[in-house]
Amino acid sequence: MTDATLPNARRSAWIGQSVTRLEDRPLVAGLGRFVADMDRPRQLHARIVRSPHATGRITDIDCAEADAMPGVTVWTAERLGEVPRIPFRATKISGLEPYVQPVLAVERVRYVGEPVAIVFAEDPYVAEDAAETIFVDVEDDNPPILDARAAPGTFLPGISTEPVVVEKGYGDVEAAFAAAAHVVELDLATGRHSGIPMEPRGALAEWDAGRGHLDLWGATKRPHWNRDRLAEMFGLSPTCIDLHEPHVGGGFGIRGELYPEDVLVCMGAMRLRRPVKWVEDRREHMMAANHSREQQHLIRAAVDADGHILAIDETLHHDQGAYVRTHGARVADMSIGLLLGPYRVPAYAARAHFRLTAKTPAATYRAPGRFEGSFVRERLMDAIAQRLAMDPLELRRRNFIGTSEMPYQRGLTALESEVVLDSGDYDGLLTKAQDFCGWNDMQAEAAARRAAGEAVGIGLGFFVEKSGLGPSELVRVTIATDGEIEIVTGAASLGQGMETAIAQIAADTLGADYTACRVIHGQTDRITHGWGAHASRVTVMTGEATRRAATELHDRARDMAAELLDALPTDVILDGGRATNTATGDHVTLGQIAAALDPVSPRRGDRQPGLSAEAWFHNTHMNYPYGAHIAMVAVDTETGRTTVERYAISYDVGRAVNPAMIEGQILGGLAQGLGGALLEEFRYDQDGQPLSVTFADYLMPSSAEMPEVAIQILEDAPSPLNPLGLKGSGEAGVTAAGAAIAAAIDDALQRPGLVTRLPVTPQYLHARLAQFDAGGDA
Amino acid sequence: MKPAPFAYYRPATLEDAAARLADGADEGAMILAGGQSLVPMMALRVAYPSELIDLNTVPGLDTPRVEGNTLVIPALVRHATFHTPDPAFGPTGDLMASVVRHIAHHPIRQRGTFCGSLAHADPSSEWALTATTLGAELELLSVRGTRRIPIADWIDGAMSTTREPDEILTAAHLPLIPPGSLSGFYEVSRRAGDFALGMALVVLGMDGDRIGEASIGLGGIEEIPRRIPEAEAALQGQPATPESFATAAQAAMDAVDPMSDATTPASYRRDLAGTVIRRALAQAATRLPAPV
Ligand SMILES: Cc1cc2nc3c(=O)[nH]c(=O)nc-3n(C[C@H](O)[C@H](O)[C@H](O)COP(=O)(O)OP(=O)(O)OC[C@H]3O[C@@H](n4cnc5c(N)ncnc54)[C@H](O)[C@@H]3O)c2cc1C
Repeated sequence: MTDATLPNARRSAWIGQSVTRLEDRPLVAGLGRFVADMDRPRQLHARIVRSPHATGRITDIDCAEADAMPGVTVWTAERLGEVPRIPFRATKISGLEPYVQPVLAVERVRYVGEPVAIVFAEDPYVAEDAAETIFVDVEDDNPPILDARAAPGTFLPGISTEPVVVEKGYGDVEAAFAAAAHVVELDLATGRHSGIPMEPRGALAEWDAGRGHLDLWGATKRPHWNRDRLAEMFGLSPTCIDLHEPHVGGGFGIRGELYPEDVLVCMGAMRLRRPVKWVEDRREHMMAANHSREQQHLIRAAVDADGHILAIDETLHHDQGAYVRTHGARVADMSIGLLLGPYRVPAYAARAHFRLTAKTPAATYRAPGRFEGSFVRERLMDAIAQRLAMDPLELRRRNFIGTSEMPYQRGLTALESEVVLDSGDYDGLLTKAQDFCGWNDMQAEAAARRAAGEAVGIGLGFFVEKSGLGPSELVRVTIATDGEIEIVTGAASLGQGMETAIAQIAADTLGADYTACRVIHGQTDRITHGWGAHASRVTVMTGEATRRAATELHDRARDMAAELLDALPTDVILDGGRATNTATGDHVTLGQIAAALDPVSPRRGDRQPGLSAEAWFHNTHMNYPYGAHIAMVAVDTETGRTTVERYAISYDVGRAVNPAMIEGQILGGLAQGLGGALLEEFRYDQDGQPLSVTFADYLMPSSAEMPEVAIQILEDAPSPLNPLGLKGSGEAGVTAAGAAIAAAIDDALQRPGLVTRLPVTPQYLHARLAQFDAGGDA
Repeated sequence: MKPAPFAYYRPATLEDAAARLADGADEGAMILAGGQSLVPMMALRVAYPSELIDLNTVPGLDTPRVEGNTLVIPALVRHATFHTPDPAFGPTGDLMASVVRHIAHHPIRQRGTFCGSLAHADPSSEWALTATTLGAELELLSVRGTRRIPIADWIDGAMSTTREPDEILTAAHLPLIPPGSLSGFYEVSRRAGDFALGMALVVLGMDGDRIGEASIGLGGIEEIPRRIPEAEAALQGQPATPESFATAAQAAMDAVDPMSDATTPASYRRDLAGTVIRRALAQAATRLPAPV
């Protein structure tokens, strides 16, 4: 940074700059502290014994051999006694209570991988040796339900495996279908896959019997909510529990929820009076941590002769797995609440059958409901275009909600908030996306290659994301006497770069260097409230709360500086970490100002002591960023293998705090989107045995499978819901990947409507091609 | 993913290893070579060796050599050795250099061994296919002495061999591809580095512009990699053309009895058998001198 002359060039204009990430140094220098790196004196190691059966009534858990091993303690549900089950975050949807998961299986097992016992030992190897000797016998009474479209069965006597059917809609759908020139119907499915963080889960708990205080390390995503629930479960005051977020190797929505293992580790620490450590291994992660995405959609559109959508009718079957977890029915709810994306749909009726099956429980994974919904909606748009012999982009333009209609009331809810599209120029973005990727040249190239015998095609998926979920966030900013700035938030970091983005906003507001900022997150002992990291919310919620607290500090610092500099406050500018009298050029540093505000400083006068401020940001509405994915693929028609050759994403983020980090988020998200589109799937055999429990069977894309990716970040539609215009960017790379890939494969093979399910594996495509050419439906 | 308890032994010589194996084989002692299959299996607790006898400390086993018309590959020759093979290995070295890129990933290839792959006998082992197609002989050592057996008598099922529990595979003897022959390899896997869904390795002896003796090896399709005599017969005396290749591929598709599992049905593998054979043959044909 050159020492520019004030006041014209501001040195501290951090918002919008692709500065390097504050969080990277410890991570690349091997100084990260992940939960597995942490140890407490006298700790025990825990190992979970998991059900090898998909379903059945437990007849015996044979612990005799493990019980006889020196230093080994074994608990089953029976030995544990009455323990509350894992709660969920309530919504208006009722009736989910009977379906929540016990920390250890009670009476029945319901999926392979369900915890049935926990072993504590002095050493993790011994714990695993002991766990292996424990046998669970079950009586198979009913065959496992493995298909959410199969008739519901009995969960408990008198209680079915369909906890709820979520319904949403508006307008006269029947009349619209009756009047329609065309009705287009599709039967589509997305496969079961999930976020697979590089670091599996882990927990380390310590009970201080003297203070009556419990510490839990390994938290992330929702530390405060988890603290409050643990307090309820254990009958402790929330003031007696603290959760601590260490470095976290990825979360993607599945990590940091309250799981049975977290409760068991805490109970072990409290009852055995020794710290307890548990680190999940990869195999158990694949059958214990939340799965996601498995849905089947029957969707119909009523369309007029010009391609205007008149109504959409949607029936969703959501495969929840064996229990309701902390999200309740949110993914099913959100799937139909946000399904319509950017299009004007005059009438809509949707019902989501939320059903339990004998698989690992499911919940949110990066772009929950939107990856699935974008696939379904964009497949539908392509099918309508095909039916009307219309250009698929023109069809989309005809149905886009226009800029003059913003903010647009959907008449639907999602995540307990009314869907109001806050701002957006969908048509404008589509044009920019076409220019950016060189749409016409790509089309010409694909056509030429097809003419030469290759199967090459291009597909587009348009999407609307949602971000900035409230309800609230609290931030405390403190400037120390050395000028360092501490920002404490109850949000969390899963590696997404929030420390840097929040530092940029604070430093920009305060006129300081962003590297002088230290962002503290995920520590319940440092701040009373927090809503964590999910739903692309942190930059919006913590960002705006930070701006508010920093603004207050800015004004207080300037007021003190004016006295120190013998200037009018209006002549003082904060920049470059100091306050400068623009009339004289004299300056004091932020640290000197903080020192002058020391409680006993003679300069303080009757100003508030210290340089620390707190601010809240409350927000009842989400905001809605949007974009387009464009894929170019080549298909090997003989083997069914798809190669993604090129990829472009255009995304309007409202206001880009750090463009390089947004690109990183989008690129990483895309890898996961392509995984879900082409590779990743949790498969089960007919007995409910999971077939994808190692990385040899659950295939994630590697760098070799990633295409060339071009990313365009736009700021045409800042959010009117916060002063900086911020929207989130955590999920944009995932959302429309399935949609774009499916369309590109159809195009490559010149068979519209070919792809009806994800992932498009070579085996699926090989079989599907033969079926399609024989005239069969999916 | 912590292995069950095991003992660990570092032999000084192959004879020492064989003696130790003879003592421990009944309890479950096992040879450790590159560890790239065995160690993950121990971590997953699907393998429970009572003792690991680690060949890595035995000197002199890590370099392949040509003896007459044979390439001798001792027990500790790593996959990566064939990234840039000794020019003395001739066309066989070139072929192996193109095959080796399909085995797992770079770090795994630095440790995993040729002989370990044959001992592990995965249906999708590239080296098992190579050894089968070229007609390798294997050299085995035990306290009872040494023996040599043809590869066809070695693998007797998926992940199963005729090795006696006290035997060590000390070397593979791979006949060198005769000069003037054409060779080709084609593999299909889900991702770079994954085990093959199907692969073919072909060697064509040329008799003028006609195919003389053909070796057509198929891996990943059936439980055991093997040569497909029906496809070989279909090529004998034919010109190397897309038509003759298609006929051979069809003969193989008719002849194979593909594996089937929840992810990959037999019908997929049958079609793939034809595809990989056709493409391996087409690749071999690119080495034909251009027609005048
Ligand atoms: C991610 C991953 C991907 C892979 N992909 C592929 C692939 O695409 N293709 C492929 O072929 N392989 C693949 N492998 C396996 C790899 O090639 C192994 O190296 C190989 O299968 C075994 O060789 P090793 O030397 O590592 O044997 P080890 O793991 O040490 O041993 C394997 C087995 O063979 C026995 N054994 C080893 N050497 C001898 C000997 N000399 N005498 C008697 N018994 C012996 C051992 O006792 C053990 O039972 C992959 C492995 C991984 C981890």
